[in-house]
Amino acid sequence: MPLDIDRIRAQFPALRRRVNDHPLVYLDSAATSQKPSVVLDAERTFLEQHNAAVHRGAHTLAAEATELFESSRERLARFLGAAPEEIVWTAGATAALNLLAYSFSNASRGRGGEPAERFRLGPGDELVVTELEHHANLIPWQELAARTGATLRPIGVDDAGRLRMDEAVEVIGEHTRVLAFAHVSNVLGAINPVAELVALARRFGALVVLDACQSAPHLSLDLKALDVDFAVLSGHKMLGPLGIGVLYGRRELLDAMPPFLTGGSMITSVMMERAEYLPSPARFEAGTQPVSQAIGLAAAVDFLDELGMEQVHERDAELGQALVTGLTAIPGIRVLGPAPGEPRVGLAGFIVDGVHSHDVGQFLDELGIAVRVGHHCAEPLHRRLGLAASTRASTSVYTTDAEVAAFLDGVGRIRAFFRA
Amino acid sequence: MSRQDLRNLYQDVLVDHSHERHGYGLLEDPTAESHGINRSCGDEITLHIRAGDGVIESVGWTGHGCAISQASASMLSDIVAGLTRDECTRCLDRFRSMLQSRGKDDGDEELLGDAVALSGVSLYPPRINCAMLAWTALEDGLTRIDA
Ligand SMILES: Cc1ncc(COP(=O)(O)O)c(C=O)c1O
Repeated sequence: MPLDIDRIRAQFPALRRRVNDHPLVYLDSAATSQKPSVVLDAERTFLEQHNAAVHRGAHTLAAEATELFESSRERLARFLGAAPEEIVWTAGATAALNLLAYSFSNASRGRGGEPAERFRLGPGDELVVTELEHHANLIPWQELAARTGATLRPIGVDDAGRLRMDEAVEVIGEHTRVLAFAHVSNVLGAINPVAELVALARRFGALVVLDACQSAPHLSLDLKALDVDFAVLSGHKMLGPLGIGVLYGRRELLDAMPPFLTGGSMITSVMMERAEYLPSPARFEAGTQPVSQAIGLAAAVDFLDELGMEQVHERDAELGQALVTGLTAIPGIRVLGPAPGEPRVGLAGFIVDGVHSHDVGQFLDELGIAVRVGHHCAEPLHRRLGLAASTRASTSVYTTDAEVAAFLDGVGRIRAFFRA
Repeated sequence: MSRQDLRNLYQDVLVDHSHERHGYGLLEDPTAESHGINRSCGDEITLHIRAGDGVIESVGWTGHGCAISQASASMLSDIVAGLTRDECTRCLDRFRSMLQSRGKDDGDEELLGDAVALSGVSLYPPRINCAMLAWTALEDGLTRIDA
């Protein structure tokens, strides 16, 4: 059954906003999605009824908070096809990627002992990323390389922004220790070939890190089936609260990794000069945790599962095609990434000939239409495509056909306004 | 002034300048060079000043950016040629206070010429940096000339 968009929209209070005397047309869900009432209510109920620190204290509220926190973890695990112990709460995808990079870096200094040996990096080792990565999946690896003496190697993209698989075959080799790449590009909307990349990495025993930020809101994810070692995502991009994300890791890997952030709640025993650490996920969750946010994210995946991720994906693909087909038909507009008819999520980066993206965004904002402008934290990709900036429209489950039409109509009038 | 119409921001004179880009191109023998970058959008400018006998002879610039930053650089290069450093600084101060006025200051046309067409930017705070890009580069360059 197709999604009932009107019914869905009614559950997102922010969509009732008006902007510049127009109904808000929110096409910036890839930056952060709006949140349904069930998510906001879940957070508020927790804060009003059960607020307490988790895994500490014996009182009733603490027990309730712990129960809700852990059942939220189970909920996320189910959503992602993982086990609860494989789900580490983080502040977001950026925090999750830094956690990994710093854990590997600590292992490289000998922390974690023998079990952590497989994370040790040094001169001669290679970290492989792609040219289309978000800075969050690039800079932590640059820094890790700089700290350990390992080399960072990119897999390039072609003029259309497609990942060069011929280059991937060349770059991924016996020295590759980590392969980190985005499932879906946050600029191009293209879905990268996970199975092929995983197969290449497996041949050389490299660890695979999947940035699932832009796939988790749109596709049904089964991390076990994708067979990646690690995956990261941000709750706020998938109808959940700000300030919460997930690091998924295969259990035996997480249990062997040395911690990154250290402090309370992640130890078994502490002497004055040293400490013993809990197994994952607690080992990676030092300090008082973002409980209401975790509960909100669990409510968000409940919401998505009630819609059905297959239906969500179907609708999303339809919106992606509507964007690319509509934009391509407008004179002077160049769409980045997959051509009409090729797979893409509900996201389209584009260039308006002769008009800077900042001005494009301003023109659309005047019509109440919210899009993203700039380099979208993917500067190397823009440089590769010969661009300083682009404009991006991205959809979610609440996006209507009428909104896409209003957006396309607006884009069609930009060049005349600026006399481009 | 109000935000009623996007033309209050993108006035015709502004759009003209964004296409014409007066002063575009670097000078052969600059007295000072400066560089500006707008962190929020990556817009960049390189600005050359040639000065002699206490007077700014000319300004040349290259870079890329939105219509507002390009128009602003174009207007700047029209205005400051022939001014002393002190006069330049006065223009700069007047220009900045116009942009920060939130619609209350239409600018001094005698001093700022076409740049008063940027007064509408004051109602769009995120865009003030775009309009200021060339001017902060000028301010920086002025510290390195002995005019
Ligand atoms: C592909 C991708 N990776 C990583 C991130 C970083 O996510 P966050 O800023 O929520 O940590 C984003 C979002 O900005 C993204 O689109």
